[in-house]
Amino acid sequence: MKAIDRTIGGSPIGAAAEDKWTSIRSKKMILRKALRAALRALNLAGLLALVLIFAMPFVWMISTSLKTLPETMIFPPEWIPKSPVWQNYADAWNTGPFLRYFVNSVVIAVGILILQMLTIIPASYAFARYKFKGSNFLFGIVMVTLMIPAQLIFLPVYLELSAFKLLNTHLGLILPFASSAFGIFLLRQAFMQISDELLEAARLDQAAEWKIIIKIMVPMVKPVLVTFALFSFIAHWNDYFWPLVMTTNETARTLPLGIAKIREVEGVATWNILMAGNLILVAPILVVFFLSQRQIIKAFVYNGVK
Amino acid sequence: MAKIELKNISKKFKDDIVIQDLNLTIKDGSFTVLVGPSGCGKSTTLRMVAGLEKQSGGEIWIDDKCVNDTPPGLRDVAMVFQNYALYPTMTVRGNIEFGLKNRGVARTEREKLVKDISEIVGLTPHLDKKPQNLSGGQRQRVALARAMVKKPKVFILDEPLSNLDAKLRNQMRTELIQLHKRLGTTFVYVTHDQVEAMSMGDEIVVMNKGVIQQADSPMKLYHDPANLFTAEFIGTPAMNMINMRDVQGLDIQTAASIGSVGFRPEQGLINANSDIEGYAIEGEILTRESLGAEHIYQIQSRTGVFFVKTFLTPLETADRVKVTVPYGQLYYFGLNGERLRGIETSTKRLVAAGGV
Repeated sequence: MKAIDRTIGGSPIGAAAEDKWTSIRSKKMILRKALRAALRALNLAGLLALVLIFAMPFVWMISTSLKTLPETMIFPPEWIPKSPVWQNYADAWNTGPFLRYFVNSVVIAVGILILQMLTIIPASYAFARYKFKGSNFLFGIVMVTLMIPAQLIFLPVYLELSAFKLLNTHLGLILPFASSAFGIFLLRQAFMQISDELLEAARLDQAAEWKIIIKIMVPMVKPVLVTFALFSFIAHWNDYFWPLVMTTNETARTLPLGIAKIREVEGVATWNILMAGNLILVAPILVVFFLSQRQIIKAFVYNGVK
Repeated sequence: MAKIELKNISKKFKDDIVIQDLNLTIKDGSFTVLVGPSGCGKSTTLRMVAGLEKQSGGEIWIDDKCVNDTPPGLRDVAMVFQNYALYPTMTVRGNIEFGLKNRGVARTEREKLVKDISEIVGLTPHLDKKPQNLSGGQRQRVALARAMVKKPKVFILDEPLSNLDAKLRNQMRTELIQLHKRLGTTFVYVTHDQVEAMSMGDEIVVMNKGVIQQADSPMKLYHDPANLFTAEFIGTPAMNMINMRDVQGLDIQTAASIGSVGFRPEQGLINANSDIEGYAIEGEILTRESLGAEHIYQIQSRTGVFFVKTFLTPLETADRVKVTVPYGQLYYFGLNGERLRGIETSTKRLVAAGGV
């Protein structure tokens, strides 16, 4: 529009006017293009900075895990070690019964996950979909448990587990987390978003209640379920406090305990081996995360047919 | 095929009475439309027939079976919902055969049924798509197919066309009519759109505030409304109503007290010949809506605004017109809105007027 105004007000006529026109226009276009490119570069720089901030600890961890102990102390730090010491991983693995730790971690984290799925799906569905006496009160109780820190209840739980002779067993580490208030809350919200008509349609289709839950409701909340499963898996995979308190020997100890023990070896902090151990610890989580990335993103976007 | 009978049905939501003492027989094989303004209880009635809502009192009979305690899945009723209610995680095929699976229909038979149905509604190329990837009309068809495949005794449709655009709605309307002819099943259809009701139903039930106002064939409903509500609800534009107090020059021979006089917009004749005997109103044309073959005039008269509809006549350009309504086309309603029939009317003779 501005270009038009200028030509109308201006004096050049004919071919001269046309030249002026195109030159003004092309100048403007170049300017705009440059501005756009600059903005894109700025955006890219910002994103890169963010990536650096988030990736730095990981990069450092990987780099340290491949260094010799003296190399870890060099300042300024060397990002890429001259000759990577893969031996560190083997050393970390051999500082204790790591195979056992690993198996224990898998059994406990997966065991908790399975039990949680079995309890939170029916519980949250009931809270979301059925009206029964005291449902609000019961849900309130579930919510209250969210506010109780583990440090407050570990002593009675310890005594209880010991009374049932469950200390130093997998079951003893799984059972206290058989359900999750957070999971019930999260899933209840997801179930509540599903329209009643869908349920009614299923009822008219002669579907039994359990079939409605398994075939229709659960697939619809899958992203939320996957997200929760991931949170739960990571939390229990990394959990240090609970296994530390509930075990007195190696039979049921998990990876985080094993890695913490690396630090105690010989009284010197062997950072390179510690970092190798850490990498062993986080590798499975990274794999799980990459596999479920898409679902997690979906969980935060409304999922349904209008 | 089935006859549906509602006997003394009532429905309360907590202390709110939505429906009270409703009696209705839906004929076997009919296309019955429940119509009324929103909140009139038509959807609730429908949902009670389907079993999705439990009536507070009364009995529902489908064929010769009282289904009061029959769960929705066993009533042999299929429903099409306003928002389709398709299972979003299942494919079109999955959606259609879910009901069959639950009934334990064998795989080979299921496949045959799905194939047949999808051909009827034209979904064959989309069977493996998810509902999200279909257009509104296609989703509607999936919903229909899902209902049809179960071969129910009764089809229940709850405003199934209201989410479609105007053109598609018209198309689906004719398709539904054809479908009804083809299946011969009882259709119960709910809508708030009286045009939809008139064009589709062979039996229309007009409801208001939980009470059936009139249940009749479309033509009967239009030409012989039972009360003021039906008269004003059916027809576009609605029937013109004149308060009896404002009526002048009508010699009405009746003992009943008349509340209002009404006439259909198309019965008003603009600048008619003087030999047509009728009630004459003079007024000023406010707006002219020309739809091609028909014109709708909004006219301001002494007694208020009314509408006149003409067909295949040139557009009236004069500002002031005289509208004549033949006496036979006047409808009379009592003070409580009930229809008064058999009233003789004639022009008040000037002599008689002067004599009194």
